[in-house]
Amino acid sequence: MGIEVFLGLFTVEFFYATIRMASPIALAALGEVYVEKAGILNLGIEATMLMGAFFGVLGSALSGSAFVGVLTAMAAGMLTGLLFGFLVITMRANQIVTGAALNIAALGMTSFLSRIIFGVRLLPVQVQGIKPLPIPFLKDIPGLGKILFEQTPLVYFTYFMVIVMTYALYRTTWGLKIRSVGEHPRAAETLGISVIRWRYGCVLLGGALGGIAGSILSLAQLSTFVDNMIAGRGFIALAAVIFGRWNPLGAAAAALVFGAADAMQMRVQAFSLNLPSDFLLMLPYLITLIGVIIFRGRAAAPVALTKPYEKEATA
Amino acid sequence: MENTIRLENIVKHFPGVCANDHISLTIKKGEVHALLGENGAGKTTLMNVLYGLLCPDFGQIFLNGEAVEIRSPKEAIEHGIGMVHQHFMLIPVFTVTENVVLGEDMPREPLLDIQQAEQRVKEISHTYGLDVDPKSKVWHLSVGAQQRVEIIKALYRNAKILILDEPTAVLTPSEVDILFKVLRKLVEEGLTVIFISHKLQEVMEICDRVTVLRNGRVVDTVETSETNQSELARMMVGREVFLQFDKEKMTAGEKVLEVKGVSALSDRGVAALQNISLDVHCGEIVGIAGVDGNGQCELVDAIMGLRKIDRGSILIKGKKIKENNTREIIQRGVSCIPFDRHAEGLVKSFSLSEVLMLKEWNNLPFTRHYLFDFNAIRSFSEGMVREYDIRAPGIEVKTGNLSGGNQQKVVLARELSRKPDLIIAGQPTRGLDVGATEYVRQRLLAERARGAGILLISTELEEILSISDRLLVIYEGQIMGEMFTANADLHDIGLMMAGVKRQPDGQIKEMPV
Repeated sequence: MGIEVFLGLFTVEFFYATIRMASPIALAALGEVYVEKAGILNLGIEATMLMGAFFGVLGSALSGSAFVGVLTAMAAGMLTGLLFGFLVITMRANQIVTGAALNIAALGMTSFLSRIIFGVRLLPVQVQGIKPLPIPFLKDIPGLGKILFEQTPLVYFTYFMVIVMTYALYRTTWGLKIRSVGEHPRAAETLGISVIRWRYGCVLLGGALGGIAGSILSLAQLSTFVDNMIAGRGFIALAAVIFGRWNPLGAAAAALVFGAADAMQMRVQAFSLNLPSDFLLMLPYLITLIGVIIFRGRAAAPVALTKPYEKEATA
Repeated sequence: MENTIRLENIVKHFPGVCANDHISLTIKKGEVHALLGENGAGKTTLMNVLYGLLCPDFGQIFLNGEAVEIRSPKEAIEHGIGMVHQHFMLIPVFTVTENVVLGEDMPREPLLDIQQAEQRVKEISHTYGLDVDPKSKVWHLSVGAQQRVEIIKALYRNAKILILDEPTAVLTPSEVDILFKVLRKLVEEGLTVIFISHKLQEVMEICDRVTVLRNGRVVDTVETSETNQSELARMMVGREVFLQFDKEKMTAGEKVLEVKGVSALSDRGVAALQNISLDVHCGEIVGIAGVDGNGQCELVDAIMGLRKIDRGSILIKGKKIKENNTREIIQRGVSCIPFDRHAEGLVKSFSLSEVLMLKEWNNLPFTRHYLFDFNAIRSFSEGMVREYDIRAPGIEVKTGNLSGGNQQKVVLARELSRKPDLIIAGQPTRGLDVGATEYVRQRLLAERARGAGILLISTELEEILSISDRLLVIYEGQIMGEMFTANADLHDIGLMMAGVKRQPDGQIKEMPV
């Protein structure tokens, strides 16, 4: 592969695809930042996204409206989050095991429901998807306009959430409370902050965003549901949180890197180079692995992460 | 004077114990009221009930004559009650101001107006002499400064009644003076202070009235002006205590521990020990005095083979130790009473008998042909419970459920029953009450009489002066001076602890005649 060919990869289409592929990861990672900042590790983002992807398609199929599909996806994500929250917050179950179990359960459930509802077909069912919505004027900015502002509304929603969630975490009393709950829940409790309530709140928020993220993959990219269509992107979102040092902005930046890997994989395939496609499909995951090794360590992690909270002291 | 707080017949049970057994007491407005009692007497439980952290099984709280129910800290705060916990409730990665405003509504809720909050913090800190920088991160602060942040937190919430749980346990003598100045100022401004303590001298110095608790019951409430330390001690313990020790005269024998020019890094990678040298002989107690965090933990780790030594060497009974070989060091007859008994001294989820055999589990009589001999373990444990007067419902009880004093006795029993030649004692009486403290010190003296060499590391100067033969002062990982206890000059030691003064190399004050 000559250098010209390599540089030829970095076209406007490549950057456009980067943003498009990064947005579901970024959105899920943003939610997970809040969940982890509150002291909970949700290994089940994959499940949340898969539920979102499936119920998004179902909602769209039943209503004929992609927007209703997204709302359905959000509700499904929140329900998944609520179930996870009930298990790990109220029942104080092990967060890792619960998250892993949810992933397996969601995989089985969505594949099963998909066959029951849509039947076994030669070609997957096509539903009303989400179309790109170029923003007037902004889309005419040279270079950037095409890359950033000819995306789907869900990508714009992602931009919006990156800003709002970064601001809220560091510049509002709510953000302060969330961070305190994940750092030193007992201290928060002595100041009258309900650890349980804030943790539920974050898990629900994470579920909502994870569900919408899932619907981006099904509704905005394929307009259909395919078994196991999240394909590990939930775990990549989890890596983006670590990569981004538990900072919403950082997680979004990390998501961009993974999105670029995904876009690269598609571009290289299109170049029909003499590389096995399996190798290219591996690329985003390989980059995730390398990223997590480089940005290892718990130094920035919330202190109470994965530790269940019990209200009454015994001593 | 009107009564601010009246507690009537407060009862609180925990599994197996009655922590508060019909406690009634009255606290007057504008006084400093001490709650005095040994560990496990129920002081903290009672205050957690008042602060809404625990719900009493029975009893009534009256505030300014009105019956109130306090179900959560939020309600306590609304009633004007603030509490400074023994283990600070601060978030290390937050700034001072963030810690102070956490949980409070801001004028433009939910927007966090940090500048305006910093201004309030500055005002409060100025009014009450609570010196602290509102912008610094809490983990950068000294323990004394962190405590001031806790007090500011309560004042920011307009506390009228301030509960301080063992506030001096973690402070240096000069920090205690600062705290007392602040408390006097608070009372001047009309606040009421509840001061939980087991230190008699401090209670006599700062408090107006004292309520003594023992085994969850009120012994009596007295005016400090009408009592004295020994009377309080008797009420607290229920018998006479002797705070002076008669030390048997010992001639120091051969060297059991030699530390030669040791340097080591702390966990954070900064120099924690710099060229430290010291000896411990058989039959002597060597004290290491110094303010917490000046290399004491690293020194113990180095001796126990738990920390890499960059320079120098450590010899036990004349033989050099290798790091990462703690098992061998232990087997050479070294016992260690760790600084933090919860983290290093015992496994809280293990039973009493399991913790007691932790260091010898692999040896006879506990293990025979790779199997535990439960009869031997049981009879050993029961013997230890008797000998060390460990108050526990049985040898199967989890050590995490024992009181602090009894936990320490368990550690002591395990470490001393091995008849060690060298004992490393890190803060052996930290958090213990008068009775248990006296007991631990007697035990260490008995070990000295048996011929063991003891390295006693303590931040309480009084402890080092009362039982050690010789002492060294450590400051920022360096030995500032060495002297025999009998002719130690308190003023000098204080200057060395603060790093102001340093004894010229190789000089040790002459052994007294």
